[in-house]
Amino acid sequence: MTFVIAAPCVADYSCVDICPVNCIGPGPEEQGFDDAEQLYIDPVKCVDCGACVDACPVLAIYEEASLPDRWKHYAKVNRDYFHRDSVTA
Amino acid sequence: MTGLRIAVVGAGPAGMYAIGYLLDHGGPDVVIDLYERLATPWGLVRSGVAPDHPEKKLVADRLFDFSLHDSRVRFLGNVEIGTDISHADLSASYHAVIYAVGAGDDLKMNIPGEDLPGCFAARSFVAFYNGHPDYQHLDFDLSSERAVIVGNGNVALDIARILCTPIEELARTDITDRALEKLAASAIREVVVLGRRGPAEAAYNNPELEELGHIPGVDIAVGGAAMPDSTKGCSWETKRKLEMLAHLAARPANPANKRILFRFLASPLEVVGTDSVNGLKIGENALQADASGALRPLPTGRDEIIGTGLIFRAIGYRGTPFPGLPFDDRSGTIPNDAGRVLGETNTYVTGWIKRGCRGIIGTNRRCAQQTVDRLLADLGTGSLPPLPGAAALLPGKRIDLAGWKRIDRHERDMGRRQNRPRVKIVDREAQLGLAMSEPATVEACT
Repeated sequence: MTFVIAAPCVADYSCVDICPVNCIGPGPEEQGFDDAEQLYIDPVKCVDCGACVDACPVLAIYEEASLPDRWKHYAKVNRDYFHRDSVTA
Repeated sequence: MTGLRIAVVGAGPAGMYAIGYLLDHGGPDVVIDLYERLATPWGLVRSGVAPDHPEKKLVADRLFDFSLHDSRVRFLGNVEIGTDISHADLSASYHAVIYAVGAGDDLKMNIPGEDLPGCFAARSFVAFYNGHPDYQHLDFDLSSERAVIVGNGNVALDIARILCTPIEELARTDITDRALEKLAASAIREVVVLGRRGPAEAAYNNPELEELGHIPGVDIAVGGAAMPDSTKGCSWETKRKLEMLAHLAARPANPANKRILFRFLASPLEVVGTDSVNGLKIGENALQADASGALRPLPTGRDEIIGTGLIFRAIGYRGTPFPGLPFDDRSGTIPNDAGRVLGETNTYVTGWIKRGCRGIIGTNRRCAQQTVDRLLADLGTGSLPPLPGAAALLPGKRIDLAGWKRIDRHERDMGRRQNRPRVKIVDREAQLGLAMSEPATVEACT
């Protein structure tokens, strides 16, 4: 199981700041942050601590199994973001 | 550093993120006066974010409100810097001033007929349905069966969604009652969203595009350009957009439904009409790569007229000159170096007026961090000489935190009775009356 950032994300990076395993991107220092549509959680690195859930000012973060129906596909979107180079090819 | 006294101008996300960072890093006794032209804080979170995006507005309650309640912050609403107090007076009264005034204007199409009644800036309609007091005198005629939105960014899709969403869904939001009445009587069956380039260059973000697929009773169609055969070479985000658009357009259409038609590779040429809008002449484009490899639209010479009585231009916002400060007319920003205004000693900018109209709410957090870091580095360490602040210059009718809270509570109370997040007070005088009313006396318990 992992946590997933869904569509309401506004790219306030409180989640990046609080994540103990640095599994959320793009962070504010990363290239691409200024044009980011949202932030994403790497399910491979996520340790399910849930710290980001409370830190998010717009409550955009869900446990994968609790994603509302309209945002179910954000589990894949979050996962794909971290493989975007191979996904694009 | 100790003794820091700062003025922040503008209580939108840019200003609130600057305040949040100042509270954390500006020293234990920092004092921040927050000047806001309106009686209400939160800027575009209140008057820009779409009413059917309540989750995005949580940023005010879950983040900005904590800063506003901090004892080191003083809210000074209904005070217009540049009019009530000059920039020169303000900057002389504080160690530093941060302007977070956003973008007050928008890009024009610069085509004939643009000023005909029925052709509006997107921001006017957005501000109208979101209850911005300066836009309530406007009237939008929704009696045409088709509306055309020029531009296909997130603001364009917000408007398309609001025009097509069933009224009973909008009635559960904090959209204004007057907008709700207008939309309930709307005859609009089709919204054309015009983009001068192709689907791969569309300006909207993925979440906003996906959302169109969730509106009940709305078909999505694509015209003007075939979907690209291959997404090879596209960025990951673009590939997602192309796949989603193809998916939405392939859903079976229902003639009883409303329709959002994406019209790509088309530029507006002329607003057609004599007394008011009755059409938009558009010209077809083909894409050609320029020297840098970017795809530019080139007119093919073919044109046509789309019949419509209502046109919104949504091709970008733009900053306006601020009295007493320099202005770069080309970019619509106040020229600055990492946030410090060029040619000024203690004046800073953050948000759209600093970097141009790009990014989403949280993009302003990084932007504010850079500005405040620069400000703190400029002021150095040690204790600062005391400064008076501009209290002596303040106009009489100003709104403090308690005043805003009276408006806020009243709006939420009215909302609760109707199962809505709030019912906005949209009249400036009504806002002031409510904010300045004496608190209700607590009746004695017997």
